[in-house]
Amino acid sequence: MPFIPHTEEEVRQMLEAIGASSIEELFDEIPDELRFNGLKDVPDAMSEMEVAQLMQARAQADGQPLCFIGAGAYDHHIPAAVWEIAGRGEFYTAYTPYQAEASQGTLQLLYEYQSMMTALTAMDVSNASLYDGASALAEAILMAVRANRKSKSKRVLVPRSLHPAYRRVAYNIVRNQDIELVELPFDMTGGHTDPAVLEQYAGEDITALVIPQPNFFGVLEEVDALTDWARANKVMSIAVVNPLALALLQPPGEWGSEGVDICCGEGQPLGAPLSSGGPYFGFLCCRQAHVRQMPGRIVGRTLDLDGKPGFTLTLQAREQHIRRSKATSNICTNQGLMVTAATIHMALLGGEGLERVAAGCNTNIGLLRDMLTGIEGVEPIFERPVFHEQVVRLPLAVKDVLHTLSAHNIQGGFDLSDDYPELGDALLICATEKRTRDEMQVYQEKLERLVQMQSKSCGAVPAG
Amino acid sequence: MVLIQEQSRAGRRSSAQAPLQEVEATSIPEQFRRKSRPALPEVSEMQVVRHYTRLSQKNFSIDTHFYPLGSCTMKYNPRGCNSLAMLPGFLGRHPEAPENHSQGFLACMHDLQETLKEVTGMRAVCLSPAAGSQGEFAGVAMIRAYHDARGDTARSEILVPDAAHGTNPASAVMCGYKVREIPTGLDGDMDVEALKQALGPQTAGIMLTNPSTLGVFDRRIGEIAKLVHEAGGLLYYDGANLNAILGKVRPGDMGFDVIHINLHKTFSTPHGGGGPGAGPVGVSARLEPYLPVPMVEKDGTNYRWLTERDRPETIGRLSAFAGNAGILLRAFVYARMIGREGMARVAEYSTLNANYMLKRLQKAGFEAAYPERRATHEFIITLRREARTLGVNTMDYAKRLLDYGFHAPTTYFPLLVPECLLIEPTESEDKETLDAFLEALITIEEEAESDPDLVKGAPHSLPVKRLDDVRAARELDLAWRPGADQEAD
Amino acid sequence: MSDFPTELKYAKTHEWARDEGDGTITVGITDHAQDQLGDLVFVDLPEEGDSVEAGEDCAVVESVKAASDIYSPASGEIIAVNSVLGESPELVNESAFGDGWLFKVKMSNPAELDNLLDANGYQEVAASEEH
Repeated sequence: MPFIPHTEEEVRQMLEAIGASSIEELFDEIPDELRFNGLKDVPDAMSEMEVAQLMQARAQADGQPLCFIGAGAYDHHIPAAVWEIAGRGEFYTAYTPYQAEASQGTLQLLYEYQSMMTALTAMDVSNASLYDGASALAEAILMAVRANRKSKSKRVLVPRSLHPAYRRVAYNIVRNQDIELVELPFDMTGGHTDPAVLEQYAGEDITALVIPQPNFFGVLEEVDALTDWARANKVMSIAVVNPLALALLQPPGEWGSEGVDICCGEGQPLGAPLSSGGPYFGFLCCRQAHVRQMPGRIVGRTLDLDGKPGFTLTLQAREQHIRRSKATSNICTNQGLMVTAATIHMALLGGEGLERVAAGCNTNIGLLRDMLTGIEGVEPIFERPVFHEQVVRLPLAVKDVLHTLSAHNIQGGFDLSDDYPELGDALLICATEKRTRDEMQVYQEKLERLVQMQSKSCGAVPAG
Repeated sequence: MVLIQEQSRAGRRSSAQAPLQEVEATSIPEQFRRKSRPALPEVSEMQVVRHYTRLSQKNFSIDTHFYPLGSCTMKYNPRGCNSLAMLPGFLGRHPEAPENHSQGFLACMHDLQETLKEVTGMRAVCLSPAAGSQGEFAGVAMIRAYHDARGDTARSEILVPDAAHGTNPASAVMCGYKVREIPTGLDGDMDVEALKQALGPQTAGIMLTNPSTLGVFDRRIGEIAKLVHEAGGLLYYDGANLNAILGKVRPGDMGFDVIHINLHKTFSTPHGGGGPGAGPVGVSARLEPYLPVPMVEKDGTNYRWLTERDRPETIGRLSAFAGNAGILLRAFVYARMIGREGMARVAEYSTLNANYMLKRLQKAGFEAAYPERRATHEFIITLRREARTLGVNTMDYAKRLLDYGFHAPTTYFPLLVPECLLIEPTESEDKETLDAFLEALITIEEEAESDPDLVKGAPHSLPVKRLDDVRAARELDLAWRPGADQEAD
Repeated sequence: MSDFPTELKYAKTHEWARDEGDGTITVGITDHAQDQLGDLVFVDLPEEGDSVEAGEDCAVVESVKAASDIYSPASGEIIAVNSVLGESPELVNESAFGDGWLFKVKMSNPAELDNLLDANGYQEVAASEEH
């Protein structure tokens, strides 16, 4: 029996100790009319070898294409040691550290993680992580509503330049709590949120302002001006950042004159593989003054009976298992294993290593942009500086181009035409530190050929 | 142990890990740049490997210890599930990859959806909620969407038993509902008379776990379902305890309209020190239009995503992509390895283990919370007599168990049983391990009588002694700061 | 054994109120309540100038293992809060009826005090909760 160790003799002994004649008898409190036998649509068991063959065939079917998609999930090198260590059974198969004395490994690691995140963001405190970047933003908005007691409107300004999936997720999660998300337009030339658009809200009761850096287009926002506007108007500021970019960019704790109130984002660039979108982890940091409004697990350092330092979950009275319907959130767990990987990742790379990775990304997107926009008819759309993504306009329908490229094993970018129809045939491209000049050359040549065929035939792009 | 930050030496690096060539990000203007490097550790690769290997050794885990944490289903996590989910094709797949680069992955997701539909008896399943609490949120949000779509907007209340997990009321509140608690009867089943009193035109639904957190199967579930439905409410099934009934009873057949499944419990995906989990949701026909997105559809021989565009009434997406895909792959591999027959065996042997432990503990003089009832896959003993007469409480027993090399069961939950231990052995534990745990508990009982201070001072053999939680909360120390003269260990 | 001063009024939800004779009351939690909660680690107080209704939750006391809402025993305006508790929540444990007071209310309807329990009545409530 897979994963069940009992011998027949043991089953007999155990039933005897219970005083039951069969295992079936142990289910005698379940009303007969509810009992079910069958499961006809569940397949028969497979051995590990058979299931390995199935999985290998399926994994191979998806290939290992050349990836120029970013859009919230980034293809970075992950040092071998990260998952060798994070995959150890003692991390992989432990649970939430409720028994602190038996969980000092995970607890100390989480404390080190919190310390690294506060260093990276220049914020006072970090929690032990949330599910992903998008749901972390939803939690940040709920937190801002609780923390900004003076504001009664529950109106939150959200730039259209923020990741569209983040905007949807935030709406889906907060919509039943009378919170209004108000969209801020972006500047069609720069691709950023012009601080001047905030003028119309001055003097109104606004609860919070969301500030992405970089934004969904890869573009750097005027974070100092946006943060200062929020502070001057008693609006809570919420930064949504790429943590890897912070190795190069000004941290949210130092934006404007006093820094932001809350900072969140997607932790995937710190050691989580692309893995079809998850598991990743969301991070959430804030000023000390708001720590009791922060959802999720938090680890603190304290002393044991002998006065020796140790680590434990703290501020638990905010959480659902104690506070129930009055908890700060329904969140129960964190993404412990992903944070384990991220902590090892950050320790291995250090500040300088992360900076090299970030600078490598930034250099590569410049290179890729220059190569692609060298093609007649392909143009950069926004003129402001970017981190590692860039929007380009194609002279062809983006959907058709991506489809043809994918048949050549190239994932050419993220099609913006559904989410931003106002940009026309716009494509969001990404180049991380992993993309080589040769790979970019392959992309450039394929795209150039497509564009040339199009201009010759003036017909549709042949698919596949 | 010294923090990794405290091992840092200026100028030391793990230099093979980052690009060798130093490049300047010249396109980024000065005004956007950070002024100084973040205070991350400057350490060698070997330091990192040694430090985190040694930290790992300070953990209890399933791979190293019996971990009978009630309501958490800490069963063995097969290594095959891990290695097959980490095949390069899966690990490197971008979430926005086109469908022609996704057929293998989508086939796994579709097959898992089908298996979960069958074992829960629900009409349709969406895999994407990232954890149990997101599954709960999705479930309640669908209940709300259903009532709203019918213009039935006066329903403002969700009923929750007093024994429920704290997430249930918290999730209901996030969906804008008020919560009303329903008491439990003396036999551990819900107080149906109190339920009748509570039901009314304001009832949107009820959230239930069955078997309940009290370790018993609610025998009147059929009647409860009928009453709630007659009042116009819907029934939500918290799948926390699905392990107890897998292949034996299906939530859909009990009358539930919506369910979440904790794959990190019943389907053996790792707990990872507190996540990631996965909380797929299943629904009956009337809630199907509201399921979250994305979902996977099989269209002839082709698999494709269903998104907001295909499903206009959806409650939407709850994470940026499709939830914890890597965890879903692990659950899929597990489901294929145990297969049809293995599903029911999960319930059978976890129930056998729990009933065996309960009977032996009762025989040794421990007090069962519900002595007249069968255990399900877990059960509760109460140490109120010991607390009263010996001054040794449940927390003391829990800490002393650590000294004997066992992770403690869940303590002080559910809240309505005083001084309780909620014990869940799971099906993957052998009889020798259960016997050794029972012997330890019996020995601790003797120690509590002969030398209570020994138990009250436990643990004695772990890296730290009992920690000062009050100090941790009063004098918050949540992050190491460079320059601060602090030392750990 | 907990203390039950006879000059105070009590709510079933474990608050005490002292009538200061000038239309104001001082409010805190009872010795029995602090004993049940254990060491307090945080007290979340209302703001001066807030208006409260009798029975409305307006503060929270937290121990390591529990958080409890505090309900105002009477309607009116918060005219003072014991801000020392921000730094020293343990004062509630040490002196529930003295230095550990929470806030003062200027009552809009002093007759509401008649709805509260006297020391004997409250002592019965407290006793019925012991397991």
